[in-house]
Amino acid sequence: MALKIVKGSIDRMFDKNLQDLVRGIRNHKDDEAKYISTCIDEIKQELKQDNIAVKANAVCKLTYLQMLGYDVSWAAFNIVEVMSSSKFTYKRIGYLAASQCFHEGTDVIMLTTNQIRKDLSSPNQYDTGVALTGLSCFVTPDLARDLANDIMTLMSHTKPYIRKKAVLIMYKVFLKYPESLRPAFPRLKEKLEDPDPGVQSAAVNVICELARRNPKNYLSLAPLFFKLMTSSTNNWVLIKIIKLFGALTPLEPRLGKKLIEPLTNLIHSTSAMSLLYECVNTVIAVLISLSSGMPNHSASIQLCVQKLRILIEDSDQNLKYLGLLAMSKILKTHPKSVQSHKDLILQCLDDKDESIRLRALDLLYGMVSKKNLMEIVKKLMLHVDKAEGTTYRDELLTKIIDICSQSNFQYITNFEWYISILVELTRLEGTRHGHLIASQMLDVAIRVKAIRGFAVAQMATLLDNAHLLTGNTQRNGICEVLYAAAWICGEFSEHLEDPMQTLEAMLRPKVATLPGHIQAVYVQNAAKLFATVLRKHDGETESQAAQETSQLLIDRLPLFVQSANLEVQERASCILQLVKYIQKLQQKNVEVAEEVTALFAGELNPVAPKAQKKVPIPEGLDLDAWINEPPSESESEDEKPKAVFAKEEPKHSRSRHTEVDEKELARRREVRKQEQANNPFYIKASPSSQKVYDAPGVEHIPVVQIDLSVPLKVPGMPMSDQYLKLEVERRQKEKAERKKKEKKKKREKRGKERKADSGPESEEDITPAHQVDIVTEEMPENALPSDDDDKDPNDPHKALDIDLDKPLADSEKLPVRTHRPEALKSPAEDRDSESVPQETKKKSGKEKKKDKEKDRKRSKEEKKKKKKHKEVEEELLESQPEEAVQSEETKEAAAPPTSTSAEEVTAPSSAAAAVDTSSAAAPESEPDEPKDTEPEDTKSSKHKKKKQKKEKEEKEKKKKKRHHHHHQHHSDAGGEDSVQNGTVEEEEPLPPMSNYSLLAENSYIKMMKEDADQVYDIQGNHQDESKVVVSVIFENKSDSFLKSMEFNVLDSLNSKLQRPEGAGAHDSLTVPFQLPPGVSNEARFVFSVQSIIMPQKLKGTLTFIVKSDESSTHEKLDFKLHFTCTSYLITTPCYSDAYAKLLESGDLKGSSLRLEGINMPFHHLLARICFHHHFSVVERIDSCASMYSRSIQGHHVCLLVKTSDQTVSIDAKCDEPSLLGNVLDEIKQTFSKC
Amino acid sequence: MIKAILIFNNHGKPRLIRFYQYFAEDMQQQIIRETFHLVSKRDDNVCNFLEGGSLIGGSDYKLIYRHYATLYFVFCVDSSESELGILDLIQVFVETLDKCFENVCELDLIFHMDKVHYILQEVVMGGMVLETNMNEIVAQVELQNRMEKSEGGLSTAPARAVSAVKNMNLPEIPRNINIGDINIKVPSLSPF
Repeated sequence: MALKIVKGSIDRMFDKNLQDLVRGIRNHKDDEAKYISTCIDEIKQELKQDNIAVKANAVCKLTYLQMLGYDVSWAAFNIVEVMSSSKFTYKRIGYLAASQCFHEGTDVIMLTTNQIRKDLSSPNQYDTGVALTGLSCFVTPDLARDLANDIMTLMSHTKPYIRKKAVLIMYKVFLKYPESLRPAFPRLKEKLEDPDPGVQSAAVNVICELARRNPKNYLSLAPLFFKLMTSSTNNWVLIKIIKLFGALTPLEPRLGKKLIEPLTNLIHSTSAMSLLYECVNTVIAVLISLSSGMPNHSASIQLCVQKLRILIEDSDQNLKYLGLLAMSKILKTHPKSVQSHKDLILQCLDDKDESIRLRALDLLYGMVSKKNLMEIVKKLMLHVDKAEGTTYRDELLTKIIDICSQSNFQYITNFEWYISILVELTRLEGTRHGHLIASQMLDVAIRVKAIRGFAVAQMATLLDNAHLLTGNTQRNGICEVLYAAAWICGEFSEHLEDPMQTLEAMLRPKVATLPGHIQAVYVQNAAKLFATVLRKHDGETESQAAQETSQLLIDRLPLFVQSANLEVQERASCILQLVKYIQKLQQKNVEVAEEVTALFAGELNPVAPKAQKKVPIPEGLDLDAWINEPPSESESEDEKPKAVFAKEEPKHSRSRHTEVDEKELARRREVRKQEQANNPFYIKASPSSQKVYDAPGVEHIPVVQIDLSVPLKVPGMPMSDQYLKLEVERRQKEKAERKKKEKKKKREKRGKERKADSGPESEEDITPAHQVDIVTEEMPENALPSDDDDKDPNDPHKALDIDLDKPLADSEKLPVRTHRPEALKSPAEDRDSESVPQETKKKSGKEKKKDKEKDRKRSKEEKKKKKKHKEVEEELLESQPEEAVQSEETKEAAAPPTSTSAEEVTAPSSAAAAVDTSSAAAPESEPDEPKDTEPEDTKSSKHKKKKQKKEKEEKEKKKKKRHHHHHQHHSDAGGEDSVQNGTVEEEEPLPPMSNYSLLAENSYIKMMKEDADQVYDIQGNHQDESKVVVSVIFENKSDSFLKSMEFNVLDSLNSKLQRPEGAGAHDSLTVPFQLPPGVSNEARFVFSVQSIIMPQKLKGTLTFIVKSDESSTHEKLDFKLHFTCTSYLITTPCYSDAYAKLLESGDLKGSSLRLEGINMPFHHLLARICFHHHFSVVERIDSCASMYSRSIQGHHVCLLVKTSDQTVSIDAKCDEPSLLGNVLDEIKQTFSKC
Repeated sequence: MIKAILIFNNHGKPRLIRFYQYFAEDMQQQIIRETFHLVSKRDDNVCNFLEGGSLIGGSDYKLIYRHYATLYFVFCVDSSESELGILDLIQVFVETLDKCFENVCELDLIFHMDKVHYILQEVVMGGMVLETNMNEIVAQVELQNRMEKSEGGLSTAPARAVSAVKNMNLPEIPRNINIGDINIKVPSLSPF
């Protein structure tokens, strides 16, 4: 052993440490990867060694390599080993590595649970601290569930250092395990007033994070935070609180009113810019929430704007940025007060800092008005020119469009101007936003009828100059606008001056280089233009022009018929045939114009984007129902799903005329070569132009040479500026006219109204240049008004939307020392597996125990340390299966051995004492409490004990009777399903109307639970808890003697097993009797519960010793205690007039339930509800009955049960909706079992 | 919440990375590259806030950074953090490093990444600010270091001696140390 250690330390001399590794990497700049891979090999060797120091060193190096991007997850197990070292130095290295590379998918994480738990409870605060820090980075839902309770205890640790870490990590625990929020919240709240500022700050931090996502649940904390805000001097805490208030005020305007004053004081007094800034932000939030009703709120807004101006004018770029950011928030509600600072904001547009320019742009968006829109956009256009080739320019472009199109083009007075702006924007090189511009063009042209003429003219010019735009097709760019241009020209072709020319432009061969979807639009709209041309020449007999047009189409369309794009090809070939037919008719002098126009008749209306979603589903229409019988399985397998329309399907089909002979083909090839030589377009050799032209007549196509030397008419550039000038003139003119009119009026009215002719025009004064009719988007009839743009359903914070003011419910608990989910076997499974394998497992558990003891001894001797590490390893490996059986180790740690005879003797009395103390704590009682609680009993406890014992005996008898009864029925009940309230048993069919349910059983023992109908309430108890008594019958099924039975339940925060005083929270209760073979007996256990609105399951274990003649073995049985909501109800009589009053009071919330296919007599039904759910019948009229019950915490539950023809409907009311919901569910369950 | 803390030098070499949300290693490297790309092209006299990169975060996230000599300290935070507060936190962190390493320079961070992590762990935990008081942070770090020393530390005497011998064999070491051996000058800023 000693030799090994010496050898280990010699080995270490030659190991690289982190510094050596770093140095090595720096010295191998040329072959870094190779060097690192040799290092990794070394590390792998080091990890194989037993020496923990070597391992730790290796893990430390791995952490460094992880930073460089190397995946080190293969060493996860070694990291766990290092984490479990007893030395802080190594532990810290292990946890650091784990926090860097563990995540939810790391499978070894589940091995760490016990190690972390051990570290959390370490006497050394830094062990605990390191574990908390590490855990905060890799906590998983499983870890959160298993460790929540331990962490919660740490929140009250004596050291503030641990407290603050424990408080902070709770947030992570909440995220991963939302059920822990409610149980832990009271303590978290306490920490807000912790004496240590660090802990306080941590608590504020956590609550702010929680409240930010679900503010409404934290409104009740507002007074506490208000107190903190006025008392705290820590800027960090203040900032957090003030930010929190910003989130709370929108929900509670009264809070805002209260906040204004202290916040304004802070704004005036503080010298810390960060605090000032957050105050301003929150004041803004307050002012937004108080849209009206504040007398001096303009003063506050002025103060904010003024402070923000100071920030924006500051030389510190950070303050400038934040000032602009905050300004944009004010803008939303108080645009006027910001607009006066337009100069400042426009100035920021020239800032060298892009972040600041972007912020200023955001502000501009809100600052435009009818009056200044053109001016602002002009300024932005200047910036666009300057910002060539940056992403900032794209940003500018989108902002210009956003600004102009906002709220349905509200601020645009002159759409001609806007169209020309859009056209100007198409001139931008390499922008990504062609599509955006195109959609704006379409939008304006469709919705603003008056502008169509102008728009069409502009678009025609665009089409004519399309070659300017198509230069950069591959850059996903601007050619998109041609899509819009072609569509607009086609759709509104009646406005075209020279449709023939546009048609010609649209059919140029160059078009074939455009993307497919644009070509398709070209083809379709060429047909529309064709119709327009025909109509134009309608009436002219033997119109040359019309026939020329037909010929043009017939000549050019084959180009598109060749297209690789299916859509283009299909449309082109359709239209081509149509035109050919029309040409025939024309030659016969048939009037065709009208019929062709009819092809494109009708106007398209814009449809709102959400219209489809909002179409209400007609009543009675089930969209999921089959229309026809579903096809059989085999059929559907044969048929492969066919795509109905494939948009960009690669084209394999040959052209239609394949039966052309070889000679013909050769000739054509020859011609084509010549053609290509003459045609400048072929030189560019774009793929689509190289397509084989073998349609008939292709050789006759006259190739139109575009004369590129003609100076291009670029319509946009100067135009928008002209509009600006024109607009100014127009406004002045209008103003002058208005003045004249007003003067007239004044003269008439003789100064009756002395309205000052204010300098700047108000918004309403500016009349639009055109009478603009902005067509609103169509919505379907009966559209649902709901706005269903929900939050992201994947948001983890959604799970934390939990009401924290409600009292804690039973089901809410922090699991304590839980078993792994694998342990959650149903009793049936348990039984099967228990007989053989469990026994062996048991043994191994025992051996473990021994090992552990040995271990402990060994740990004293430091020499043997190394072996111990090995065992820790083993332990980690085995911890999982071990836990599945029972976590021996934790048990040992928590509970002192309870097998001594002395304790056996005392246990029964102490259990009884628990009952006593609980009932004694209630000085007063309610009249309607169950008798056996004897709450008014104030006599000496001795006396009471006796009485209770007696009572118990009586009960036992009763119970035995019932029990026997149940066994009698057992055989007859065979086929019938059992009727129980809740607990899950498959095997034991119980006769109807039994209140007993099987908890668990194995070959030795059977546990039956009586539904907790002896629930009693202790009011005035300082903890506001209720006590529930659970009676459990233990039946010995074996031939052996059962003794030392210990009953234990994993407590939750909400419901706890009452244990004798002095016992730890995890100690088990000794069952106060032993069981000879074949005997059954009953024990009662008291639970305290806090909230009763939810059903709850508690896991528990019964351990006992089976003693036969030769041997005795230790056995155990797992069970689950199910507290249904029903079990918290007490059968309480109620008179019909009191019942009516209760219903009238309006305090009760309703819910209902429908049960189908119940074929039992109505009185049976009522009896079942009464029996199983503790209701009493108030009134019954024919097939209708009203029923009533009361919960132990005084909730009223009213039912109205109606039955007709196998259908039972239950309308229910209760003052606690969730309790009611659960009770109804349980009723449903009861009847579903019949 | 703080989503990530990145420290890299003027060439984009990571010196410390700390993600509080899981990203795979290659993604982490991509984020570092993107962040470096975003941050490094900015002048020193522009503001220290950046609307987040495309890889990390989204609209709610901001990059807040400071540039000291050869190193960038970048924090990626969401809107629940105060921007100026985080700037100050970076300052606190760097000043703490300065105290713990005595005139901290990039080399300290290069060779003692683990120690920097331990210091950071006392400032930020699981993405939330743990402590802002520098004296408190330094005190806790010192106490833990002392504990490590009492245990004998990771590199005990023999290993150290060997490492010294190794250094002697590498003549180019001093030259390397000169690279980037510029102290991070910590300008004393007024409290935020």
